[in-house]
Amino acid sequence: MLKVEEQTPVQFSSELLAKFDDVKSRYPEGKHKSALLPLLHLVQAEYLWVSTPAMDKVAEYLNIQPIEVYEVATFYSMYFLKPQGKYALEVCRTGPCCLVGAEKILSHLETKLGVKEGEVTADGLFSFRGVECLAACGFGPVLQISPEYTFYENLTEESVDKLIEDLRTKS
Amino acid sequence: MSRKLLLEHINVPGINTLDVYRQKGGYRAVEKALKTLTPEEIVEEVKKSGLRGRGGAGFPTGMKWSFLAKPEGVARYLVCNADESEPGTFKDRYLMTHIPHALIEGMIVSSFALGAKVSYIYVRGEMMPQIRILEKAIAEAKAAGWLGKNILGTGYDLELYVQPGGGAYICGEETALLESLEGKRGNPRIKPPFPAIAGLYGCPTVVNNVESIAAVVPIINDGGEEYAKIGIGRSTGTKLISASGNLVKPGVYEIELGLPVEEFIYSDEYCGGIANGKRLKATVAGGSSVPILPANLTLKYANGEPRLMSYESLSEGGFATGTMMGSGGFIAFDEDQCIVRNTWNFARFYHHESCGQCSPCREGTGWMEKVLHKIEHGHGSMDDVDLLWDIQRKIEGNTICPLGDAAAWPVASAIRHFRDEFEWHIKEPIKSQQQNYGIANYAVPIEKTVEVKSEN
Repeated sequence: MLKVEEQTPVQFSSELLAKFDDVKSRYPEGKHKSALLPLLHLVQAEYLWVSTPAMDKVAEYLNIQPIEVYEVATFYSMYFLKPQGKYALEVCRTGPCCLVGAEKILSHLETKLGVKEGEVTADGLFSFRGVECLAACGFGPVLQISPEYTFYENLTEESVDKLIEDLRTKS
Repeated sequence: MSRKLLLEHINVPGINTLDVYRQKGGYRAVEKALKTLTPEEIVEEVKKSGLRGRGGAGFPTGMKWSFLAKPEGVARYLVCNADESEPGTFKDRYLMTHIPHALIEGMIVSSFALGAKVSYIYVRGEMMPQIRILEKAIAEAKAAGWLGKNILGTGYDLELYVQPGGGAYICGEETALLESLEGKRGNPRIKPPFPAIAGLYGCPTVVNNVESIAAVVPIINDGGEEYAKIGIGRSTGTKLISASGNLVKPGVYEIELGLPVEEFIYSDEYCGGIANGKRLKATVAGGSSVPILPANLTLKYANGEPRLMSYESLSEGGFATGTMMGSGGFIAFDEDQCIVRNTWNFARFYHHESCGQCSPCREGTGWMEKVLHKIEHGHGSMDDVDLLWDIQRKIEGNTICPLGDAAAWPVASAIRHFRDEFEWHIKEPIKSQQQNYGIANYAVPIEKTVEVKSEN
């Protein structure tokens, strides 16, 4: 379900719009709707989530109906429809990673960050969730951090602790 | 040591750059193809090579190419399927990360063969680092004249773009991928028409896996016949195997098809055996959707002959005692792993990834997940095992795309081979929460008499 979390209007920067134009140029005349998925990624990289007003703006830019954007944003698992932590940690929880300890990493994150899956820490820095196969099964457990999708392999509880400390120090 | 066609130079420092890739003989195939071969001759070489689609279905690539419709004045497209998301499979990520130019070179040759002027590489959205790597490599190739207008002065123009997905397993199915590339939900299309007739934007389109396209490079360099000499029977060439689970050395290995499974698991050249000195309990040989096999049937056929890593050998015995090559995602389970838990995990995956278009899959995957959750957590009843069997039978073959089958097979095979473990979970609800069932009945050396149960 598409839940309206925020209605603050957004105004895309000229830099972002220039990126939009570049993406749009990759498709044949009249087929610019193909740009929708890449555009939503660009929006998410900028705002860390995809709000309804932002989706409406994307619809306006591509000259399509807002519903065409909503149905795509709600279908694909990567688009965040509510605000996340500055670092959104996504841990693979599918079979092969579970064979080598992914479930432990997930419960460790819950303890370490003091929030449940899907919630944001009080300082706004972190959120985490389990996601399905990230195609790195031989190097599990793995996690990725959006919006850059930097990738961390062969996780242990210690390496996760260190990663979180490093990110805290960085910000 | 077996021959390496794709990963030969994987350890060369800087092989991800155009310069080093060129020094190692890269882009020779483009020169040869564009300057000395006609598109038809390239298709013929690929046919001769016997190359079979490396994404999972194993359909002959050359034949797929020859189906492409060529109406006058209509654009044709080549789309590379880099939406690798089958649990257990990570070979394409590996190839794109380390040798991006191998894919780009293959894309140029293949696009030329198919007459495509614009081609797309559809990469799953989570692989943003790989998208950045590919975009950089494409820019390098374009600056050096391997892409763009009038390539090598031959008059052939090609633009190559990378398209990110949005995080949906279903987009690995080729028609769902095309829907997604058109900016829509990834709902698979009803076939026919096949993409070769009406694909991207309604135009004739070929969709090929990353590894298939990369394999076109050695096929053009050395000739299709040379490629076909490698391998065994109709399983020609080399294959990338993604090895994961409880192995000493998980990772991506290039094997010559026909390698004995036992050698692949236990030799030091490949996986090096089972981690922590444990014994093998079961394997999933080709990605999560193919049937799971107990250790004894993994290594040998029901009649005791050794099983090989090839399309035919892995499927020997049908679903009663065999499995499938699939995408080459080889998952090994040691004696401590719980088959019920893993089956529940896979069922959850397929429930999560069902696009929701067909009722048997949309409802059935969720139902199976719930029943398996119940059994795994000690609340199951004996009827539940038969119920699971019934549900999976009603999904299989009753959906638009193969996701339904992919969801049904892991459940069916787990019950077929490990029914006693399911029943133990139900009879011993408390014990099953505290310990594992073990491998008494499935271990190497092969002891269990194989009962071939009928499919019905």
